[in-house]
Amino acid sequence: MSLRADFEERDGEGGRTLAFNGSLSITQIGDISRRLRDVGDVSVLDISDIEHLDTVGAWLLVRTARDAEANIVGGDDDANRLIEEVRRADEPVAVERPHGPPFRAMLAELGEATIVGISSFMGLIGFFGQTVLSMGRLLAHPRRIRWNALIQRFDVVGVRALGIVGLMSFLIGVVIAQQGAVQLRAFGAEIFTINLVGRLTLRELGVLMTAIMVAGRSGSAFAAQIGTMKLTEEIDAMRTIGVSPTEALVLPRVIATVLMMPLLTVYASIIAIVGGGLLCWLALDIPPATFVSRLREVTPITDLYIALIKAPVFGAIVAISGCYQGLQVENDAEQVGLKTTAAVVQAIFVVIVLDAFFAVFFSALGWV
Amino acid sequence: MTRKVSRIPDIVISVRDLKNSFGEQVIHEDLDLDVCRGEILGVVGGSGTGKSVLMRSIIGLQQPDEGSIKVFGHNMLSEDESDVQEEGTEAQDVRKRWGVLFQGGALFSTLTVAENVQVPLREFYPDFTPRLLDELARYKINLVGLPPESANKFPSELSGGMKKRAGLARALAMDPDLLFLDEPTAGLDPIGAAKFDELTRNLQDTLGFTVFLITHDLDTLHAICDRVAVLADRHVIATGTIDELIQLDHDWITEYFTGPRGRAALGAKKNVADNERNKAMDSASDGKA
Repeated sequence: MSLRADFEERDGEGGRTLAFNGSLSITQIGDISRRLRDVGDVSVLDISDIEHLDTVGAWLLVRTARDAEANIVGGDDDANRLIEEVRRADEPVAVERPHGPPFRAMLAELGEATIVGISSFMGLIGFFGQTVLSMGRLLAHPRRIRWNALIQRFDVVGVRALGIVGLMSFLIGVVIAQQGAVQLRAFGAEIFTINLVGRLTLRELGVLMTAIMVAGRSGSAFAAQIGTMKLTEEIDAMRTIGVSPTEALVLPRVIATVLMMPLLTVYASIIAIVGGGLLCWLALDIPPATFVSRLREVTPITDLYIALIKAPVFGAIVAISGCYQGLQVENDAEQVGLKTTAAVVQAIFVVIVLDAFFAVFFSALGWV
Repeated sequence: MTRKVSRIPDIVISVRDLKNSFGEQVIHEDLDLDVCRGEILGVVGGSGTGKSVLMRSIIGLQQPDEGSIKVFGHNMLSEDESDVQEEGTEAQDVRKRWGVLFQGGALFSTLTVAENVQVPLREFYPDFTPRLLDELARYKINLVGLPPESANKFPSELSGGMKKRAGLARALAMDPDLLFLDEPTAGLDPIGAAKFDELTRNLQDTLGFTVFLITHDLDTLHAICDRVAVLADRHVIATGTIDELIQLDHDWITEYFTGPRGRAALGAKKNVADNERNKAMDSASDGKA
């Protein structure tokens, strides 16, 4: 067992002396560092009684000796050699990254975030254009379409999303019907719950919730996959082989998402209506037959058109944003996480903004 | 294709006045480099001197600030930046003729080793039948010394050394005239590294391609490089055989080749040479007897 490091002060021949004892090593160092800082003026550090010395102990000795201009005496050869090594390594090294005053740092961060936000949005638009151009070129050479990749994406983006999208839509339908029923009951207008369920899910929530779900499921996956491929130089390898990453990675994902979104949207809307209908039946005693016939009366076909127009647009946004952010990954694994988050946030943000525009646009068209 | 080569018979890669910088940090300035046909050129330099950046510039992954880069006489920088690679463009012709081995192998993680090897073939020769593709992949995998059962494995199931070999198999898929190797022996055990060197040399002897080789491995330099280019102070300070470089009396070069590790590698090379001479003499005397 090694002893805890300690020292005592005494007046020796060379002046004020600190005599160390115990084990001057990382495990036994205790609060020596702090005590040594307060020790003031000394001229001699006597280490003849210590049991063991490692680099941490040696550093404390060197530091104290340097600050107080003291001599280290009494060490054996090994200790002296170690102290000499440590002394030689006593060069100023910037351990912490330099940073300015906190307020300025905050402003700088805010400014940087703004610039990154704007440039990322501009980049997204540029990337959108590039994708459209590549798509045009691909359609001109249909032989270059990567069917395997595309069909695999259909499966991952579409088929495998059925479970979670269905469950979520069902619950959304139930919640809308239940909340609607509670409010409308006050006016004795419970039958209007059907209007609420039919129009809201078909026109807005079906497509919106599906887009959000696809952004969370597939947009994030695109960003993470492509980002990791960038880190492992797979994308570079593709370029050197002459395979265009846009053609091999981005286009299959974008096409698959654009085609799958309308299908998922219709599916989600139907499931939500089923959920709403079930609640109407159980809680409001509206039989399914009545529910369906009332639904057909109050829901115009334009609601379906609106959903089917919005769905592919939202799909394109989700996929392009995911692929774009993935391709922005550089240097380290941290970036994969950041860009994946950015992909989802950016996609959902743009989808909701566009949804608002669509609402105004379709109202102006008279599709109310 | 050969017409273009015959026009410039000797120089495969020609880099002139290259300048690369990241922000304020200038990596290369006034960098000139020529790589001759059929040679193995080793590129050495301290960490951070931009060896990989130089390779990335040549293969078109890094857009230089200034300068010109010609590969097989084709100016690599005149390309427009578009990501889609049109068929039949000159750049695509050049890509057909080179193979690149990245440091970590950079295998496509969703494809098996055999499929990885087939990617360049599929890209450039979509008419090849699956059967021919399989045969070619099998052949390349054997060629680089991978066990046959690794063909249907995914990269994640391979060791580091095997990944490099698989990467080499993919780089060799198109029977390239020019091979880029980025630290091929880094992270390999000494036996594996020596085998990799031997493999590179043998393949180069057989297939006659040109090799641009980035390495820190002194044994590799001694064993297989015809010439060595030294990168320091943002440009190529010297090229030549190792003996010529040592003669130059430049501090860094002398330190590099005649420091403790350099001497060891040099000694090892001498031993090999001695052994070979002894063997030759033995067999000669056998013949006499």
